[in-house]
Amino acid sequence: MNNNDSLWDIFYKGLFDQNPIFRLALSLCPALAVTSTAINALAMGLSVMFVITANNTVISLFRRWVNPKVRVPVYITSIATIVTVVQLVLEAYFPELFRALSIYLALIVVFAIILARAEVFAAKNTVVPSFFDGLGMGTGFAGAMVLIGVIRELFGAGTIFGLEVFGAGYDPILIMILPPGGFILIGLMIGAFNIYSARQAKIGAARAKACTACAQGSEA
Amino acid sequence: MSAEAKIELGQLTVSTSPHIRCDESISKIMWTVNACLAPAALFSVYQFGAPALITTLICIAAAVATEYLVQKWQGKPVTINDGSAFLTGLLLGMNIPATVPWYLPLSGAIVAIAIAKHTMGGLGYNIFNPALVGRAFLVASWPIAMTTWPEMASKIDGVTTATPLGILKLQGYEKLVAVFGDKLEMYKSLFLGTRSGSMGETSALLLLLGGCYLIYRGYINWRVPVFMIGTVGALTWAFGGPAGLFSGDPILSMISGGLILGAFFMATDMVTAPITVKGQIIFAIGAGALTVLIRLLGGYPEGVCFAILLMNSVTPLIDRYIKPEKYGAGR
Repeated sequence: MNNNDSLWDIFYKGLFDQNPIFRLALSLCPALAVTSTAINALAMGLSVMFVITANNTVISLFRRWVNPKVRVPVYITSIATIVTVVQLVLEAYFPELFRALSIYLALIVVFAIILARAEVFAAKNTVVPSFFDGLGMGTGFAGAMVLIGVIRELFGAGTIFGLEVFGAGYDPILIMILPPGGFILIGLMIGAFNIYSARQAKIGAARAKACTACAQGSEA
Repeated sequence: MSAEAKIELGQLTVSTSPHIRCDESISKIMWTVNACLAPAALFSVYQFGAPALITTLICIAAAVATEYLVQKWQGKPVTINDGSAFLTGLLLGMNIPATVPWYLPLSGAIVAIAIAKHTMGGLGYNIFNPALVGRAFLVASWPIAMTTWPEMASKIDGVTTATPLGILKLQGYEKLVAVFGDKLEMYKSLFLGTRSGSMGETSALLLLLGGCYLIYRGYINWRVPVFMIGTVGALTWAFGGPAGLFSGDPILSMISGGLILGAFFMATDMVTAPITVKGQIIFAIGAGALTVLIRLLGGYPEGVCFAILLMNSVTPLIDRYIKPEKYGAGR
């Protein structure tokens, strides 16, 4: 990370340019498994967002005292602690969600994206940027999860967050809430993301070209 | 005019050997396959009446339209006239019950062309048979509509909404024979196609005729359908009976369900089946064995669709290991 990146840049890159699911293709397992309804996707997204932000903060706080040789166990211990907090809170206040997310909640400990942010960013940066990096990545992850969850629930059950959208006459496309539907949808969305960013890059290139052209023009 | 000038003008084509003169083309093969399917398709329209016609037409129209739109969007040359999208639509139509709601054939055809064919790169690049992917999508999405078969307009009494394989699965062999009267009557009815089922599951005879013409023209290899249907017959005979080993009914297993349609028109797909003859035989035996496994032990009464799709996925592996020997390289 360059030092002149603003906090907004650090936060924003997690939303689109380095979106964990659509660009980095990390943590696809929960993206498939718990996105069959929007509410489950949201709960999972928020849990991960909390874990990644808190973990980034903790890791960057202690980055000077962690011997590089044992850094991975240290990261995992930190992540596991925070995940346990999330698990206990969910179990206490949202027992239904806790049951729906079941094993995937505990599996947050080994999500590649969290370990990756600790290793790539938090271990090398101060607390505040690390916090915003985690927040951005978490928001990108949660946003992607909710987007997938809403689409799958909409077509697979005709509802969004349990509210009926298409009415009783709608014949749900069951495959959308089954694993193959999740696979196909994520594939299509990654494709759409690629088209979008290719277009952005083209626009950026065209703008740069136009600028050099006008600069040359003014020189002449 | 000098040769160079002719090359320049495109009047003279220069290419490296081998030079084979051949009037086969994709569109010729595809339209021939369509024609070979036509008798069975028309017969099922006669059997099931207008709903069959409408379902098939929706499938074909949606497949061709999707192909057109996708190719336009991608900026590729539009090849809807080569008959491949038409064939996908027709095969899909023959793989679903006649009386499903209109959005089933529509979405099935869109998935088949847009997702199974064009996300892989279009004709020649698809890993899975598009029509079968469309069918698998529909079976997973609307399992009830996809397993409710219509009675026939020109109905032979007794056989109603369950297919013969469905009856066999749920109620047993004795019941199935009882439905038709006696064994011979059952074979006859299954072979001629006067019973319920998906549109293309009905007439074994007309499908066989179409398939044999394709073999005669050399578009498909006779070994594929023979080995696939033979494997299904042999394994059902060995393991499919209620009274222990070798008490199953091989004839019933071979002429019922979508086996003949699948073996002649889908397992022989030039794109998704292995290239070498040896590879195709392995493919056919594997598809036959998987069909029997799904029929006897799986949740669905019919397994041809998933069996062929599963074998499609190992086709690259078969092609990697079964290589023809180079001429003169052996010994």
